[in-house]
Amino acid sequence: MLWACLYFSDLPLRAVFEDVELNGLCAVVDGPRQRQHIVMSTERAQKFGVRAGQPLAAARAICANVQARTRDVAAEQRLLKSLAAWAYRFSSQVSIAEPDALLIEIGASLNLFGGWPKLERRLRHALARIDYKPSIAAAPIPAAARVLAGHGDNYFIEHPDPMLSALDYIPIAKSGLSEKSVSLLYNVGLRTLRDVFALPRPELARRIGPSQIDLLDRMRGRVADLLTLYEPPPHFDNRVELDDRVEAWPPLLFPLRRLCNELSLFLTARDGGVQRCDIVLDHEDRTNTRVVIELLTPQREAKALYDLARSRLEHATITQPVCGIALVAKDLPELKPRHKDLFEPRREQGMDWPSLIERLRAHLGDTSVRGLSDVADHRPDRAWSFDDNSLTAPKRTPSTVTTLRPPRPIWLLHHEIPLRTASTRILAGPERIESGWWDGADMRRDYYIVQTGEGQRAWAYVAAGCLDGWMLHGWFA
Amino acid sequence: MNAVLAPTALDAVLQHPGIWRRSSSAQPHVRALPTGLTDLDAVLPGGGWPCGAVSEILCEYDGVGELSLVMPALAEMTQRAQRIVFVTPPYIPYAPALAAHGVDLRYVVQIDANPTEGAWSAEQCLRSGSCGAVLSWLPIADYTLLRRLQLAAESGDALAFVFRPAKAASKTSPAALRLQLHTDAEQTDIEILKCRGTIDRRKPTRLRCRA
Repeated sequence: MLWACLYFSDLPLRAVFEDVELNGLCAVVDGPRQRQHIVMSTERAQKFGVRAGQPLAAARAICANVQARTRDVAAEQRLLKSLAAWAYRFSSQVSIAEPDALLIEIGASLNLFGGWPKLERRLRHALARIDYKPSIAAAPIPAAARVLAGHGDNYFIEHPDPMLSALDYIPIAKSGLSEKSVSLLYNVGLRTLRDVFALPRPELARRIGPSQIDLLDRMRGRVADLLTLYEPPPHFDNRVELDDRVEAWPPLLFPLRRLCNELSLFLTARDGGVQRCDIVLDHEDRTNTRVVIELLTPQREAKALYDLARSRLEHATITQPVCGIALVAKDLPELKPRHKDLFEPRREQGMDWPSLIERLRAHLGDTSVRGLSDVADHRPDRAWSFDDNSLTAPKRTPSTVTTLRPPRPIWLLHHEIPLRTASTRILAGPERIESGWWDGADMRRDYYIVQTGEGQRAWAYVAAGCLDGWMLHGWFA
Repeated sequence: MNAVLAPTALDAVLQHPGIWRRSSSAQPHVRALPTGLTDLDAVLPGGGWPCGAVSEILCEYDGVGELSLVMPALAEMTQRAQRIVFVTPPYIPYAPALAAHGVDLRYVVQIDANPTEGAWSAEQCLRSGSCGAVLSWLPIADYTLLRRLQLAAESGDALAFVFRPAKAASKTSPAALRLQLHTDAEQTDIEILKCRGTIDRRKPTRLRCRA
């Protein structure tokens, strides 16, 4: 086992200043309202003298422009969780080390990534793209990796012995021990972990408590470390709060694009696709509008998802101001990527059939694009139906229902109308259709093929046995 | 123009269906799909519906045989697993009748939309290159729209059938082929209003299609 620790030292700042550039004058404060103190400040604020542990009032006195926000531990956890989801692409064993680090098991796939230097470069590159610069350390023991990452960047220790000697030089202030124990040990004159390790165990335990002893044991690998592994959530449900109240769709596109990107990452990590997802628009009075996106085949690609979601959002009616947008995906089937033939002739700008259909459905609505099929029924209205199977993959065998039927018109009217033309001539008929007594929609009709004065050929009927009350039902077009 | 055209490039240019040379008696090359009507095929350049182009069918009334005209071509396409799309048809394309004409229903798709979106859909389908034929009923069809469809059909190499009322016959159209159906109580005739390529003037341009 080899664990890489990513230590995000500026996590408290990142969690509350999501929307602000972090090179400004920012500080995170904590504590009771009257006596708030600085927890962390940006580099620029530190240049002015704003330091951790300082009371907020003192910081304000030094630097009046410092922007202070209260620490949000829940937001930090959320952020860490999303980073864990991100890190899941590198290893199936990812653990969140509260409050500000991630542990990733890399030993199993070190060869796959081509060794540590390559993997490290890849990690840093990918992290830089989402704008994070953690310090990274790798060690065989997770707790040790965490301590090393807290002390400095770029540790890579593969074997336990050099790891122990590296731990020896860690100053106790950076050892992860509690503040109380650190000050106690420091006052006794101890400076590094080597000094602490050298102390007799029972006496040390009496002074700093069993939990601290346990931590020291875990970082040396003397007791097993029980890590809770991160599990990707079974559903995707991300939400973006909007600062303003939005009453039309264009401002929603930016957060929608972000959500689609997140969904795509989520699906890639799961190696799945999404077939149905909902855009949920939250209103201030706790009601919401749902825009359903149903796809014919599972999709994963961020851009395709965004385009499909966007055109459905454009058609949605937004009745009330929107204060948040969420993307919820619960139906996550397996994705079988379409195989394209290497030698298949493809035209430029050409679009394959599934993407064409998805695009049309997204633009026109899901029920506007339909396949057709015939049904074994004698009643003309029921002898056909919409059939969307053919939109995706025509696999069923061609039906052979209609081989021996009398001629049928190519056009069927949506509703029968009275036949109102002068000088008609009967070309064929009658064909009696009498059926359906068992399901309440029985009909008894005599169908004729009729030629009108204008040369149209009509499919018309009268009630069985009658000779007037002609109704038009179709055209032999 | 100082570049010397390579002979092959020149040949390619002369192959273009829009170019006809007086000096040659050969028909310009028109790729076409047989209509299934022998008389009509004999007259039409290339011997059928021009591929990658718009064919207009004009008729005054519904039900005079306007769809039967294209059925053999559609049947052949679906048999070859090419999709055909009905864009905003005025009535229901009746599945049993289509099947009886030999159309494989698995490759038939119907699109319902308002006129503007219908035109958009038809263009998308033609351009995509994944449809064999697109049949559209577009009440808002004008020269510009037909030109767009023509370009889309060329880039997607699909057959575009546009059905329009007979009064559109007097208007100009960029379609490669325009047929008008004339009917009276007894019979239906096809008149070739326009076609791309040369047509033998000795043969009649008006044909009986349904007696």
